[in-house]
Amino acid sequence: MSTLVIADHNKGELAGSTLSVIAAAKAIGGDIDVLVAGKDIGGVAEQAAKADGVNKVLAADNDAYGHDLAENLSLLIAEIGKGYSHLMASAGSVGKDTMPRVAAMLDVAQVSDIMGVQSEDTFVRPIYAGNAIATVQSSDSVKVITVRTTSFDPVAAEGGSASVESVDSAHDAGLSEFVSEELAESDRPDLAAADVVISGGRGMQNGDNFKMLESVADVLGAAIGASRAAVDAGFVPNDMQVGQTGKIVAPNLYIAVGISGAIQHLAGMGDSKFIVAINKDEDAPIFQVADYGLVADLFDAVPQLEEELKKVV
Amino acid sequence: MKVLVAVKRVIDYNVKVRVKPDNTGVDLSNVKMAMNPFCEIAVEEAVRLKEKGVATEIVAVTIGPKVSQEQLRTALALGADRAIQVETDEDVQSLDAAKMLKAVVDKEEPNLVIMGKQSIDTDNNQTGQMLAQLAGMPQGTFASEVEVEGEKVKVTREIDGGLMTVSLNLPAVVTTDLRLNEPRYASLPNIMKAKKKPLETVSPADLGVDVAPRLKTLKVEEPQPRQPGIKVESVEELVDKLKNEAKVI
Repeated sequence: MSTLVIADHNKGELAGSTLSVIAAAKAIGGDIDVLVAGKDIGGVAEQAAKADGVNKVLAADNDAYGHDLAENLSLLIAEIGKGYSHLMASAGSVGKDTMPRVAAMLDVAQVSDIMGVQSEDTFVRPIYAGNAIATVQSSDSVKVITVRTTSFDPVAAEGGSASVESVDSAHDAGLSEFVSEELAESDRPDLAAADVVISGGRGMQNGDNFKMLESVADVLGAAIGASRAAVDAGFVPNDMQVGQTGKIVAPNLYIAVGISGAIQHLAGMGDSKFIVAINKDEDAPIFQVADYGLVADLFDAVPQLEEELKKVV
Repeated sequence: MKVLVAVKRVIDYNVKVRVKPDNTGVDLSNVKMAMNPFCEIAVEEAVRLKEKGVATEIVAVTIGPKVSQEQLRTALALGADRAIQVETDEDVQSLDAAKMLKAVVDKEEPNLVIMGKQSIDTDNNQTGQMLAQLAGMPQGTFASEVEVEGEKVKVTREIDGGLMTVSLNLPAVVTTDLRLNEPRYASLPNIMKAKKKPLETVSPADLGVDVAPRLKTLKVEEPQPRQPGIKVESVEELVDKLKNEAKVI
C-alpha cells in the first residue's frame, strides 16, 4: 500500500493544504510520496521533502504544468500514479478540476471531499451540503481521493528528510491554453487557511459596508468571507463565498455578521471551533450554531467590536 | 454549432434534508424535486448562446428514472430544442454517468457540452471532468464567463484566490459556477410548447454501458450537532468571553 499526494503550491510556496492531505494519507497508512508539478518548483519540492511522514518527493518541473491545466496535469498524475494504491489531492480548485480526469483515465471511481478515513478503502464524506454524512467503501484497486483539508490537522512542516527526484516526463495534451489570471491581491491570510474569519451576509446591505469588516479583520489578522446571498447580491466577488458551493473553512474563530445562516452557508463553516453571530433577527438560524450570539444592529455592533478588540488584542 | 446540456433531477434546493431512520440514505419520498441549480445555469447559458446566434441547436440530456422527464420538459420550456432521457432506476455514479454521456456525445457530436459543476445531492463535482477525459475533450470547469471564438472557446474559471481564463479547442466541456448567469423562469406559453418538443428515451444498455457502482454506501448519518451556545448582551461581554472563556483572541 502506498499513496501519491499531489501537492498544492502558490507563488513558489508549498500550500498548507498539502500538509493536511499528507495527514489524511497517514491515516490510511503505507508509504507516502508527494508529486510537485509546475514551473520552477524546485523550492516547493524542497519544502515538501521536509514535511513530516514523506518518503520521497517527485518534482515535475515543466512549462506544460505551469498553469495547472487539468488536461496536462492529469496525464502526468496517471503516469506517475501507476503502482500506487491511493492518489490524493486537496479538494481545492486544482484537485477538483484534475482528479476526476485521472479517475476516468484509470477507469475508477473518485471519492470526493473526504472528511474521515475509516480504513484503506472506507471513507467518510459529506453529502447534501453536509446535511448528511455518508460512509462509503470503494471496490476499485486504485483509490482516487480528494480531501477536505479542514478535517485533517496538518502534519509538521519541518522535521522530515525525504529525497527529491526529478521527473522528466512532459505531457502537453494540446487541448487547452492558459490565457490570463486575475488573483485578488491581499495582505490578508488565505480564506481557506485563516485562523480567524469574519464574514458578511445580505445584512451588510452593500459592498462598501464590507470596509467595516476589513477594519475588524485588520485588528484580528483575519480573512474576510461572505455568504452566497452577499455574493448573489453583487456586494463582493465569488471567491469570498463560504458555503456548499464556495469555500469550506474551519478557523478557530468564525464571526458571522448579518448572515441568517442558510443550510448552504452552515455547510461551509459549521466545523469552525468557535462561532460568533451578530444579527438583529433573534430567530436567525445562525444563532443555533453560534457559541456566542449577539442580537444587535450590525452597524452599531461592528464598529464597537473593532474598538473593544483594539483594547485587548 | 450544436450544444449538449446535461441536467439532473435532485432534491429541491430549499427542502430540509432528512436522513432515513435506518441510516441507508436520505428520505426522498414525498419530497419536492427540481432541476439541480447548476444545471439551470447550464441550460440558461446554452439558451443565451442560441439567442446570440452562436448555437443553432440545443439538446438536453438527463439520466434517471421516468419522472426525470419533468426536468427535461423544464429544459425544453427554457429553450432546448429536443431532449434525450437515459432511463434507469439504478443508482448511477459519476463514472457511469460520464460513460453514458460519452455515448450520447459520440452519437450527437456536439461542439460544446455544458453542465453543472456539481449536483447538490451527492456534491461530487466529477461528471463533467470525467466526460471530458473519456471524450478526449478539454474542460473549462467552474465557469463564470464563456465566449465562443471560432474553433475555440474562452472560459473564465473561478479558482482559489481569483479567476483564470483558458482557451479550449472545440469540442469542449464547460461546467458552470454560480456567477455565470442568472437563469430565467419558463413562461407559460413556453411550458405548453415544451410538451410538444421531441423527447427520446434510451436505456443504458442501448448506450452500451453497464451500470456498475464502484462505491458502496455503508451508512448515512446526521451530522454531529453543535453544542448550543449562549446569547451575549453586549459587545463588551462578547469580547470578554472571546478573550477569557474561549481564549481565541
